[in-house]
Amino acid sequence: MSPAPPGRGAHVRAPPGRVGRLVLGLLLAALLAALAFAPFLFPGTRAMATASRIAIFVVLAASYDVLLGYAGIVSFAHTMFFGIGAYGVAIALARFTPGWGALVLGAAAGIGLSMLLAALIALLSLRVRAIFFSMLSLAVASVALTLASQLRDLTGGEDGLTFSVPAALSPGFRLLAHPVLGVRLDGRLLTYYLIFLVALGLFLFLLRVVNAPFGRVLQAIRENEFRAEALGYRVVLYRSLASAIAAGVAASAGVLMALLLRYNGPATTMSFAIMVDLLLMVVIGGMGTLYGAALGAALMVLAQYYLESLLQALAEAAAGLPLLAALFDPDRWLLWLGLIFVLIVYFFPAGLAGSLRLRAGEE
Amino acid sequence: MRAGDTAPILAVPLLLLAALPAMGFADWLTLSASGLAMGMLLFLMASGLTLIFGLMDVLNFTHGAFVGFGAFIAASVWARLPGLVAAPGLAANLLALAAAGGAAALVCGGLGLAFERVVIRRVYGAHLRQILITVGAMIVAEQMSVVIWGPDALTLAKPASLASSFIVAGGAVEKFRLVAAALGLAAFAALRLVLARTRIGLVVRAGVEDREMVEALGYRVRRLFVFVFAVGTALAGLGGAMWAVYAGTVTAGLGGELTVLLFTVVVIGGLGSVSGSFLGALLVGLITNYVGFLAPKLALLANVALMAGVLLWRPRGLLPLVRT
Repeated sequence: MSPAPPGRGAHVRAPPGRVGRLVLGLLLAALLAALAFAPFLFPGTRAMATASRIAIFVVLAASYDVLLGYAGIVSFAHTMFFGIGAYGVAIALARFTPGWGALVLGAAAGIGLSMLLAALIALLSLRVRAIFFSMLSLAVASVALTLASQLRDLTGGEDGLTFSVPAALSPGFRLLAHPVLGVRLDGRLLTYYLIFLVALGLFLFLLRVVNAPFGRVLQAIRENEFRAEALGYRVVLYRSLASAIAAGVAASAGVLMALLLRYNGPATTMSFAIMVDLLLMVVIGGMGTLYGAALGAALMVLAQYYLESLLQALAEAAAGLPLLAALFDPDRWLLWLGLIFVLIVYFFPAGLAGSLRLRAGEE
Repeated sequence: MRAGDTAPILAVPLLLLAALPAMGFADWLTLSASGLAMGMLLFLMASGLTLIFGLMDVLNFTHGAFVGFGAFIAASVWARLPGLVAAPGLAANLLALAAAGGAAALVCGGLGLAFERVVIRRVYGAHLRQILITVGAMIVAEQMSVVIWGPDALTLAKPASLASSFIVAGGAVEKFRLVAAALGLAAFAALRLVLARTRIGLVVRAGVEDREMVEALGYRVRRLFVFVFAVGTALAGLGGAMWAVYAGTVTAGLGGELTVLLFTVVVIGGLGSVSGSFLGALLVGLITNYVGFLAPKLALLANVALMAGVLLWRPRGLLPLVRT
């Protein structure tokens, strides 16, 4: 078999720019600060839910970037792991008395199952070629989605599961009788900071993983599989391990999502719509930098709130023209995101973060 | 196919035999017939996918979109020919079918040409970007089919003379399935014949094995590929059209749903191999019908389990391509 050409052009490097790096740093610092003080800066349940979503999707997108940007493999099963983590918690808390014990048990089961499944898919498919992984992950994810909506007794079917969280995390809980800085110290706030801190910890863990020699080997494999193998690195092993780590972190993000919503169903964590969102986040933000994934996630979560209203306005403006009105229908937002996605892969393959930043020490 | 590769070919009769004890003979006959017919339809759609991969090393995630477009075009043509569809004569029904299938194949072939030129040509050799671009194109195509044909499912009336069934030994075999099976078989025979016996087929096969050498001999493999790409997408459109009539309903999600089955087929068969994907399609068609009868919820699971089993046994699929 002739050697596959390396992923030419997939990781085009932007010219070095101090200004770009400064802008990127400022953006990231702003994101971190906004998330850290969200309950005080943006009061209101809706704003806090949005901030929690951003924190969770930053982790999910970053873990996906480990696969896509560092290992150079495309998985379509990433939301499956997200869903398994969420279902682990949902099933445990719905079945047993909702306490910390059930929560930890469910989370551990979900994360463990995800890592096992990811390693299995990887070992089955990566022995052949990396593209087999894409196809196998798509097939397995479809099966998982079908099972989640069919096994009514376990998962609640299409309706999903509603459950109670440990008392300290429920909205009725009061830590202090008096508000601090105008914010009530209730269960909602505790939930937010639990999500934020765990998300931050997971993100730092991923950063550590990709900047360790392990991450460098992944990049070497991505750039030239055969050379990496010739240097003595077990390509299949490294890729499988990366896949298992990414799956474990995705499942942890799923745990956080379940805690946030106190509900889980196939559409909220497992659907292919979320998979598409995830691809968009990582590609728009910039593959292979983790920071890009973080920016992309924040951008996409915010954009989802505004894009539909923008399309609504356009549709009203184009109401007289038959085809144009259909194109700007608020339900067609995925069409426009898809087009943006394709254009970005063509013209800005390095994404937002990559265009702003030259990866130091790599040239 | 090499000598000594007979074991995979036995998989189909073995599966047929293995299913017999699990159900009554009449059910078995009905399910086997419809499974083989479904397999032939899947082969129609999958052959293009596997050829395109084999020749140019392009994994086209948009392939399912061509199937979906084919189905929608067929539904539109079908709706405009109510006279031919409802006519009791076989000839009139076949004419309607030919019109629907022909229109779908022509339009999808043309779209395939444009798609290769605008989208695929820029990402040759870069797998990661190929997957990303074609997935993006799939999203856009699916949304466009909603824009053009609306969000609701379209229904197709069964052709009058093909809706009834033959009764053989107590098992019912719908006549339309025979037509579908005949078409799939004809496509397989034609593809095998063209690949094995004609000059173009020779160059295609050589291009699959060693593209650079064929180019060095003066053949324009890229131009050949454009041709193969168009044929592949035309077959996908034809398969989609037949599927639309077979299922009686078309939704915007059809292409995406079939993509999973098509990937299962080509991975089982061995990426790039036409005969392999024929075997894979028959296996998937049969398993879908058998398991769909015994435990309806587990049909997809059974197919993916089959794929995992095949990959464990032969990591490159049943009849893999041998590249030098």
